[in-house]
Amino acid sequence: MHIDKDLVAASATPLVLGILADGESYGYAIVRRVNELSGGHMLWTDGMLYPLLHRLERLGFVEATWGVSDVGRRRKHYALTPAGHQALAERRAQWQVVADALQQVWKDMGDAQSPRAVAEGWA
Amino acid sequence: MMAGTPELEAQIDQWRSYVQRRQAISTADVDEMEDHLREQVADLTATGLDDDEAFLVAVKRMGNLDEVSREFAREHSDRLWKQLVLVPDAGTTGRGGSSWRELAVVLALAVGAGVAVKIASGLIGDETVLMRNISLLVLPFLAGYFAWKRRLTWGVGAMLLVPFAVLAVVLNVYPFEADGSTLLLAALHAPVVLWALVGIAYVGGRWRSDSGRMDFARFTGELAIYFTLLALGGGVLLGLTFGTLNIVGIDPEPFFEGWVLPFAVPGALVVAAWLVEAKQNVVENIAPVLTRVFTPLTIVMLLVLFVVLATAGSLLDTDRGLLILMDAILVLVLCLLLYSVSARDPLSPPHLFDALLLALVVAAFAVDAVALTAMLTRIAEFGFSPNKVAALGLNLLLLVHLVGSALLLTGFLRGRRPFAALGRWQTQFLPVYAVWAAVVVVAFPPVFGFV
Repeated sequence: MHIDKDLVAASATPLVLGILADGESYGYAIVRRVNELSGGHMLWTDGMLYPLLHRLERLGFVEATWGVSDVGRRRKHYALTPAGHQALAERRAQWQVVADALQQVWKDMGDAQSPRAVAEGWA
Repeated sequence: MMAGTPELEAQIDQWRSYVQRRQAISTADVDEMEDHLREQVADLTATGLDDDEAFLVAVKRMGNLDEVSREFAREHSDRLWKQLVLVPDAGTTGRGGSSWRELAVVLALAVGAGVAVKIASGLIGDETVLMRNISLLVLPFLAGYFAWKRRLTWGVGAMLLVPFAVLAVVLNVYPFEADGSTLLLAALHAPVVLWALVGIAYVGGRWRSDSGRMDFARFTGELAIYFTLLALGGGVLLGLTFGTLNIVGIDPEPFFEGWVLPFAVPGALVVAAWLVEAKQNVVENIAPVLTRVFTPLTIVMLLVLFVVLATAGSLLDTDRGLLILMDAILVLVLCLLLYSVSARDPLSPPHLFDALLLALVVAAFAVDAVALTAMLTRIAEFGFSPNKVAALGLNLLLLVHLVGSALLLTGFLRGRRPFAALGRWQTQFLPVYAVWAAVVVVAFPPVFGFV
């Protein structure tokens, strides 16, 4: 299943903030986590993650520190700040509204559609 | 650090340099993305792909570089202004220490140049003697900076020191007549020779290299611009200080002349050189930009001059001042040409600006021909003097240089020659000026009897 690019972009910020809420992480690990969470359906353009992380850093939602990986490479780690937690909470509330609304729509659609589907099935 | 196979490393290096060319993506960002790329490759090879395949997939997943770079630019629009980071903090590049060391060396050399001038002005009472030696006092510190930066070998060091010593001896031991013209000529031409020595230090001793010479020409243009900017800033600062102190009733002039000038001017030169070195990869060169603006304007100026000179009738009353002015005009045209060439992609096809350059060279040539005819008749009438020979010799060199450039440029516009030939001609001709200056300094005084 291909997921629309705009949808991927819109959900990127809350996903990153949410993943970082579990503890600090770095670029590649965040991408891998998104893959796991979406069952491999949400394919990010990996390079796009970094401008996003930098934007979150500028907004003060995450804090970046340079560390060293297991094999000794320089690696930039990101951790959520208190402002980031707050932003995540707000986003979560917003998405909750969107998700509830969508849920409602699917449900109504399901009710309206199923008789027709059944009828078509009979025809 | 875990390293992959040499082929993979080479591919990653190539990718890095490719990404690094995007001005919106900083070195630290490339480091970050490289870490990502390497992990991706490692994970993919763990699933059974070979290095090549893993690399290709990882690069593909990184996304279209244009889009990624646009996204970076949106986030870091300031980077499009290419910030000048003189002393990067260790966090962003991991190379902070050496930058600080370089700054310390630069400041020491800048102060050293000031101290040399200050001591010399204390020891040498005669101002003309001091002026004659000023370039000998300052430029070694500039050359010293490059000697340190490029880690010159002792052989190259000797190659610089011997001509330097010869110049110092000639300028101070020759029995010049006081206020003689050979003395003035020697004092004027010595800095040119010294500048060539600085150039040898700049290219790290590879003085035969064409690209090295072109780099030094670029460096010279940028240095002139940076030095001027520093001088302007310093002037504003001093003016404000002056005004304030005067109101309070303190006369800062003795201090200004005795301390500020001897330290500020040589120091500014060394600092400007460091700035040019530090920013050469960061900011677009300014000299070629100015060239674009001034080439059409100079063509207009030359056409006006040509009309005026051609209709002025007899130029016999003109003095050597005209010849010197002509030299100055040709030098200007040559600089415009040189900096246009230095910034042009040699592989792109001819366009309008190349034709403009040709028009510029031809116009300069026409103006000079008019003036030169007048001067030659005058020299034939009144005989040679050191000044006239020096001016005429330079004029001749400039003419050869320009005619050669005009021919090569025409060849390029007609598609018969590559643009690179024009660039090579420029860089190959540059040392001729240094040799000519050396001749004026060393040979002219004895030939003309030190008058």
